[in-house]
Amino acid sequence: MSEILRLDRVSRHFSGLQALREVTLAVNKGEVLGLIGPNGAGKTTLVNTVCGVTPASAGTITFAGQDITRIKTYQAARLGLSRTFQIVQPFAEFTALDNVAAAALFSQGHENVKTAREEARAHLSFVGLEAQAAQPAANLTLAMRKRLELAKALAMKPKLLFLDEVNAGLNSAEVERATKLIHELAASGITIVMIEHLMKVVLNVCSRIVVLHNGRLIADGTPREVINNPAVVEAYLGQQYAQRSAAR
Amino acid sequence: MQAVQILINALVLGCLYACIAIGFSLVWGVLNVINLIHGSFIVLGAYLAFGLYHALLLSPWYAVVIAAPLFFVFGYLLQRLLLNRVITAPVLVTLTLTFGLDLILNNAMIYFFTADYRKLILSPPLGSVSLFHVVVPVDRLIATVSALALTGLLYLLLRRSRIGRAIVAVRLDRDAAVLMGVDVKQVYAIAFGLGAALAGCAGVLMALIFPISPLTSSAYLGKAFVVCVLGGLGSVSGALAGGVLLALVEGIGATFVGPSLATTLSFVLLIVFLIARPQGLVGRKGFE
Amino acid sequence: MSRANLALIVLIGLIATLPLFGGAYALRLGTMACMYAIFALSWNVVGGFAGYPSFATAAFFGFGAYASGVLLGAGLPLWLAVIVSGVAALIAAGALGAALLRLRGHYFAIASLSLVEVLRELVNNATDLTGGGMGLNIPLAAGSGIMADALFFFYAMWILMLATALTVMWVAGSKLGFGLACIRQNETAASMVGLNTTLYKSLAFALSACFVASAGGIYAAWVHYIDPSDVFDILYSVKPIVMTLIGGLGSPLGALCGALVYLGLEEVVWRNYIQIHTGVLGLLIVMLLLFLPHGLVSLRLARLFGKAKHV
Repeated sequence: MSEILRLDRVSRHFSGLQALREVTLAVNKGEVLGLIGPNGAGKTTLVNTVCGVTPASAGTITFAGQDITRIKTYQAARLGLSRTFQIVQPFAEFTALDNVAAAALFSQGHENVKTAREEARAHLSFVGLEAQAAQPAANLTLAMRKRLELAKALAMKPKLLFLDEVNAGLNSAEVERATKLIHELAASGITIVMIEHLMKVVLNVCSRIVVLHNGRLIADGTPREVINNPAVVEAYLGQQYAQRSAAR
Repeated sequence: MQAVQILINALVLGCLYACIAIGFSLVWGVLNVINLIHGSFIVLGAYLAFGLYHALLLSPWYAVVIAAPLFFVFGYLLQRLLLNRVITAPVLVTLTLTFGLDLILNNAMIYFFTADYRKLILSPPLGSVSLFHVVVPVDRLIATVSALALTGLLYLLLRRSRIGRAIVAVRLDRDAAVLMGVDVKQVYAIAFGLGAALAGCAGVLMALIFPISPLTSSAYLGKAFVVCVLGGLGSVSGALAGGVLLALVEGIGATFVGPSLATTLSFVLLIVFLIARPQGLVGRKGFE
Repeated sequence: MSRANLALIVLIGLIATLPLFGGAYALRLGTMACMYAIFALSWNVVGGFAGYPSFATAAFFGFGAYASGVLLGAGLPLWLAVIVSGVAALIAAGALGAALLRLRGHYFAIASLSLVEVLRELVNNATDLTGGGMGLNIPLAAGSGIMADALFFFYAMWILMLATALTVMWVAGSKLGFGLACIRQNETAASMVGLNTTLYKSLAFALSACFVASAGGIYAAWVHYIDPSDVFDILYSVKPIVMTLIGGLGSPLGALCGALVYLGLEEVVWRNYIQIHTGVLGLLIVMLLLFLPHGLVSLRLARLFGKAKHV
């Protein structure tokens, strides 16, 4: 297995707050990596740092053999790093189709809007939104907007896809549908890093899990190893609970 | 010697600049509206002082007491009746609306008072005093002290009073303030009223020093812009810091590159600050 | 070509026939109409498409007027002076835009507003080149006779308007226009899909500058005399915004219609209330924003949304 993304002692702070502390992490080509951790652990910051939204304060990031530590957001997108947002970020006035077309247009170097729209249609139908193609994004339900995010990310032909809480706020039928989509994507060979709170989904989908806590990487391993790791239990449930469950 | 002169002048003028800017900064910070009428409010305040002195021989430092409530009510009503209707609209709309209102007010002043420059001349004149071997006119000193007092008063109001805390709360987080039971509409109108009152009082004080004409309103507005951006939006200390910095830059500029380029210098500084340090000298905090 | 664009071209064509109907006064108005249309169409690129509240129009206009004035004084022919001014503004605004357009909302508005102040003061102080506050006399560039003169400048401005309209229409339908619409709606998301937002915004700013600067050049030659407080008047920055708001944000046809409506109102007000014309103008602005915030096209938009509800 070859590495596609490597973070080497990456730190990021926001004035006083240390959001990431010397995170070292490798993502292998073709794997589905779960990135978990309690709220405020720095998961979204990590994605933002890789994508160039909030560049690293220290450390280096390598993507497909290229140093991307200081890269701009749009350049990251063109290299094949794409992501969905925890809080969906559609172009609200555009139709669903144009939302996806924008992604295809600007990441793929299309020259005109028309060919981008043609391509966009295929991605929309992959996520099951072809019926809503002509509707403004603002009129879609949350579940649809989440899928629209996914279609946008796919239109960018990602090599590495970050999924930031695609299931938050969805009901169980919608979660099932989204999980199925993620399985299909993984099968098609896209490397996926997913931030997820629903352990059921993480255990079902991921081949490896890393855990962030207070900006530090505290565990890295197979799903089984990670959920039995005392440090992880402590991070999630507090020290007392961890001691009690260890004593038992 | 020259350095002391520049420094003292800058401190005196800087406090006046802070007073010009503080109402503007309050409105911008709390309502998120750039109030382009601010300059005309100041000029109107100056005319009020001029009128009161000539009609009733009322000295400008007393005129402040009359100007404050008058302008407060004016501002309060203006916000409640007009601005409030577009308060949630994009920047462009609120900005253009206050521009339109400014055109009306400014034109009205030109119509009624003409564009001629007038000067409020106190009789007998107050003369001047020597501070650290630097000669400072007394009227300028009085204006400065009053400006500082007004600024301090606002600080206390925001710090200590119930409505002051509500204003700061809205400034920091509008939605959270709503959840805490703050009547945002009322806070907006009061903040705008306070902004207008401060502008009116600043105008009264300016009448002591500068010639009065509707044509000067854009210069006041420009100063308010620059002070806000230099000092940082929405804090009393920011306005003071910005005011003194602007006065220093103008003073130094006037001494070394000539007075005509001093204004240009201040605007260049404004653009540099906007790009390099948009939060200003004193950063973004609550308005207090 | 869309129906709105067709209507735009037809309207511009109709304006060209003006000399058949009117005398010198009508031509003066027509020239002003073309100039205002250039302002509104240009502002619409940065303000309407990209959603950035620019107050820099007066800066571009004054820059163009002075650049052309100086070049004409140096003996350049009018057409060359106008083109050079436009290209210079294009480059300067593009470079400035990269820095200024990092600011958003109020901060950008203020920065663009201060651009006008800075340029005016610079021109005021560069007495050797510009005559400073005394103004600048510009050598006569056109033919002889009042009527020939009026006709010449009307068509000069008209051609420039046509060029502006064609460019803006092209932008609206191009990848650039699509990208600017993305930026207006959600700039973060736009950069996330691989859009170089800095480049696009700079291009928009540059395009909003070049035709206005050229118009400034023609204006300078037309009136023979310019001074800083005339051509750097902040009203030139606000008028195109009002026109676009009248016509509806983001639509080139709306911008042109807005310019024509605005000029009509301004002329009526100017002729009847010379003493209080700025006040009446202010009143118009206030009424417009309070009662018709989405311009004349809002009526059609309302119908569109009404339809969407039934789907």
